Amino acid sequence: MRFDKTRLGMALAMLAALALAIGVSACGSSDDSSDSTASEGGEGGAAIVSNPENAKVSLTIGSKNFPEQEILGEIYTQALAAAGYKAKSDLSLGSETVAHKAVQSGAISGYPEYASTALTSFFGLEPEEVPSDGNEAWEKANEEFEKEGLVAFEPTPFASANAVGTLKKTAEKYGLEDVSDLEGVSEKLSLYGSPECRQRIDCLAGLEELYGLKFKSFHPVDISLRYTVLEKGQADLSILFTTDPQLSAEKDKFVILEDDKHVFPAGNIIFVSTPKVVEKAGPDYEKTIVEVQKGLTLPVMQELDARVELEKQTPKEAAAAYLKSAGYTG
Amino acid sequence: MTAAPVLASFGGAFEFIFTPQTSNVTGGKGVGGLDQVIELTLNQLEITLLALALALVIALPAGLFFGHRGTGEFIALGLGNAGRAVPELALIALMAAVIGIGLLNLTVALAILGIPPILTNTFVGIRQVDRASVEAARGLGMTELEIVRKVEAPMAIPSIFTGIRTATINIVATATIAPLAGVATLGEFILGENVYGPDGVLAGAILVALLALALEFSLAGLQRLLTSKGLKLRPA
Repeated sequence: MRFDKTRLGMALAMLAALALAIGVSACGSSDDSSDSTASEGGEGGAAIVSNPENAKVSLTIGSKNFPEQEILGEIYTQALAAAGYKAKSDLSLGSETVAHKAVQSGAISGYPEYASTALTSFFGLEPEEVPSDGNEAWEKANEEFEKEGLVAFEPTPFASANAVGTLKKTAEKYGLEDVSDLEGVSEKLSLYGSPECRQRIDCLAGLEELYGLKFKSFHPVDISLRYTVLEKGQADLSILFTTDPQLSAEKDKFVILEDDKHVFPAGNIIFVSTPKVVEKAGPDYEKTIVEVQKGLTLPVMQELDARVELEKQTPKEAAAAYLKSAGYTG
Repeated sequence: MTAAPVLASFGGAFEFIFTPQTSNVTGGKGVGGLDQVIELTLNQLEITLLALALALVIALPAGLFFGHRGTGEFIALGLGNAGRAVPELALIALMAAVIGIGLLNLTVALAILGIPPILTNTFVGIRQVDRASVEAARGLGMTELEIVRKVEAPMAIPSIFTGIRTATINIVATATIAPLAGVATLGEFILGENVYGPDGVLAGAILVALLALALEFSLAGLQRLLTSKGLKLRPA
């Protein structure tokens, strides 16, 4: 048997490639160096004080599976850690049904939910029945949550809603300002949205029933592609979120149509948890969460969304920058 | 976990398949039911067959060529193995950026998924054909193409079909997430739990499994038809 030098050479090359691959993936994890330039939080919040009593309480903060949710999850987790809790995050659980089940089963201590989503998705309200006042919506949702043994904390300043969005030149071409302006025009236009949008009354089903619109076609796509499909010219219309950073960063490219018939209810974020956790964690739990979200106005949330979605920072970095510049952490 | 809740969820899933159910978020319209199930199943079948056809057109000739020549082992086997490691979701995202969303994008992405097993198994199948038979055919004056067509390919059918069946199962399983890239397949039920509920999710999973089994049995049947009598009698 000959000693095959080429075989050995190839084997060494393979090992080197494998080592390189492992090395690259290990180095791939980001390091937390973020330079905070623009204002991330207007008002100076009261610095969070660490309470040694909280150290014996473990909390797991969940979130749904898109960037805005992950940022919120990180903000709460880091704030609670600053308050002395053993807080860890369990982000991107899935859609609202998954997160809802997770908090009910005790798998997580709590997660941020939109009051409008809770009312329509969990409690069966029609979109028009969702109160447009943030506090009213919170109270209504809290009533229903209490019936299932959950509790919801006070709402954030900002609210987010679905919206029908399009390229500015499309809107100008057809003279679109409100969603109602799509009457007579929508038959020529394609709509792209998340897979469940087709059946939801606060999405395509609502546009069809409550606005009486028929679209040329509907295509399901992952939420993360909602702007890509517009840019690539495949989608005439796309379902966007009102807090999307692209709407302010690229406002001469994308526009959203005014929801004049209120099919897309706006929702403030309310933190959902259980009375059991609230009791075990002590008063600092709710207090910290309610305090730390006071700085989350619409421009601030959009800025944070921009950092993660456009500048590709991690939710962890964006959250840390927010807490620091708003004065909650040192 | 007792049997009762498990069986109960299956009951819910079967109901979902046949009759429309109510859902909180649809404002009263029903979801699920046989019509929708059939529509989504046909969509999934369509894209599976298109992707499989594309994969066959690319991988089968390549496998036959390299196998017959005995060269390109590194490409055929290495590409085959590396191809298995490709994460489907990332591939679809990449295609979305380059080609765009929709049927074409997904067909290409799924075909890429199907090429490795077909290529590898075809290559190996041809290589393993009894060299004596090939030499005899050459001695008889057959052209290289005739040798592939009449001797090597027929004898490699079991291996080639293993590759095709593996590719088909990979493709049909991945076609489940097509709703993330513009094509509505049975994955709609699984991805849209808010709309279709846990019954819908389970129903979607059951239907995908059934579809995969149906394709597997069909291909197994086809394989038996195409395998020559001599091979069938051969001891394993």
